[in-house]
Amino acid sequence: MDNISALIAGFGDVLTPVNLLMALLGVTVGTAVGVLPGIGPAMTVALLLPITYGMEPTQALILFAGIFYGGMYGGSTTSILLNTPGESASVVTAIEGNKMAKAGRAAQALATAAIGSFVAGTIATLLLAFVMPQVVEFAISLGAPEYLAIILVAFVGVSAVLGSSRVRGLASLLVGLTIGVIGIDFVTGQQRMTMGIPQLADGIDVVVVAVGIFAVGEALWVAAHLRRKAAEVIPVGRPWMGREDWRRSWKPWLRGTALGFPFGAIPAGGAEIPTFLSYMTEKRLSRHPEQFGRGAIEGVAGPEAANNASAAGTLVPLLALGLPTNATAAIMLAALEGWGFEPGPLLLEKQPDLVWALIASLFIGNTMLLVLNLPLAPVWAKLLQIPRPYLYAGILFFASMGAYAVNSQTFDLLLLLGLGLIGFAMRRFGLPVLPLIVGVILGPLAEKQARRSLQLSGGDLSGLVGGPVAWVCYAIIATVLLWPLVSKVIRRFHTTEVGA
Amino acid sequence: MTVLVGYVPNALGEAALTAAVEEARRRGERLLVVNMSRDDVLVDARRAGEEQLARVGRDLAELGAKFEVRQVEDGNDAADALLGLAEQEGVSVIVIGLRHRSPVGKLLLGSVAQRVLLDAPCPVLAVKAA
Repeated sequence: MDNISALIAGFGDVLTPVNLLMALLGVTVGTAVGVLPGIGPAMTVALLLPITYGMEPTQALILFAGIFYGGMYGGSTTSILLNTPGESASVVTAIEGNKMAKAGRAAQALATAAIGSFVAGTIATLLLAFVMPQVVEFAISLGAPEYLAIILVAFVGVSAVLGSSRVRGLASLLVGLTIGVIGIDFVTGQQRMTMGIPQLADGIDVVVVAVGIFAVGEALWVAAHLRRKAAEVIPVGRPWMGREDWRRSWKPWLRGTALGFPFGAIPAGGAEIPTFLSYMTEKRLSRHPEQFGRGAIEGVAGPEAANNASAAGTLVPLLALGLPTNATAAIMLAALEGWGFEPGPLLLEKQPDLVWALIASLFIGNTMLLVLNLPLAPVWAKLLQIPRPYLYAGILFFASMGAYAVNSQTFDLLLLLGLGLIGFAMRRFGLPVLPLIVGVILGPLAEKQARRSLQLSGGDLSGLVGGPVAWVCYAIIATVLLWPLVSKVIRRFHTTEVGA
Repeated sequence: MTVLVGYVPNALGEAALTAAVEEARRRGERLLVVNMSRDDVLVDARRAGEEQLARVGRDLAELGAKFEVRQVEDGNDAADALLGLAEQEGVSVIVIGLRHRSPVGKLLLGSVAQRVLLDAPCPVLAVKAA
């Protein structure tokens, strides 16, 4: 019952005019960037980071949460209308959603996506309010070695489980870890990888890394393929659903929520896996399997719900453990550090007002999104007619301004350009960006925990594997990393058996 | 010689097309229908879909006109595209749709119609939507 009273107190904190305005601003900006392919919530939050350092933390977090949820809503619009997913979580939505739009049912597809997102978001945020404090209670007893093990699971998760290739994921993670260690070592006071450049002694600011990789990298990437045939306008109309659509949508919404939340909550979650699983489930359970591939409403309802539920799930490890499982959460974590909070199990204890106000703002933002998205879908679709040069010129302007504002030194602009080139190269060679940003943010934390455990054990390596939680974590890591090898051996064993 | 018409999928484009058919018949010339869409936007409201162009083609064939339908998908300036074609093809008259614009609209956006009117190497027939 503590949770409920805390949540109600959170609502009390949020319901001020300024906070509500922040939430509205957040969901509006979030939907807009979600609609535009290539500009996601992660890039937007990164661009806004420097501005928010001067803001009240609660207000800034409410703004970020609105952008985070709004991006999920907006992404589905582009998927459905253009077959160009605004972000990776909406890839599955495009499969059936675009078919529906082509069959003249864009309005119904948008409606089931928006209402499903609202239902899933509300249920999952409630789950967040009840699960997160439990996780905190468990996590608060964790020692340094266990914490290190959990961070390592997150590393392996984001680089090996998500994305198409393990090698690419790990390469990206290593680039991130390398950027993360630049600066003065906090134990010995030695300079690491600063190459004698005094400006690097403090390390590279996370803002510069995030803006460089997300904003400049993406802008360069789009500039490299600026010319593309324009698509025709698909008439949207006002989203609505008939009785039949409701009947076919509500079960997929609930099933999608059930799939999305846990996958978002575990490190290595992300929204790709649950949306895909939800799509497969709906396809199997549907009474109209023949409609799949030709615009089945279940194929939009389920994945869209899963996608929003996983967004809420992502906040469980972020708030309870200080572990980000997607790019937007990673940058929100950097923001928390920027305000001088220590993300981790102690956050809820030290800043309960902040955490509960954030959760309450999620409910409010979610409701605003439904109101904003149902009647205004045609307006959002108009955003797609903005010429790309205007858009990316604006992004580059904000990126440079933000990077310069951090320390007011020209050196940061050079760094920004360098990191932007790295981001461009990563996109060119298919390296995922998420492991890099997680590496930059969690790398120093992992190092701190590892060193602390070694200090406690007097330099004995066995100090790194103390406690059952650590054993379980290392077992998971070993399984994930070795599974392709093991499965290959098993398969070979099977074939030889059959052959014999 | 050829009659060149800039076609957009709305009332304005239809009006221009109707006038162009009449003009081509009067002059006894070939009709060249051009639809332009910009290549630097994701979605262009002025882009005519395949079905729309096919319908235009059917209608023109039914009227017994000698015609060609072309889609321009490169560049981001419809006026340049029209004027370039007029030069290339030795066009005798360009037909375009013309609409009333508010002072603010004029301030914010350049007008394709105005540039065609001022820079065309041949006479221009400007038509208002019915």
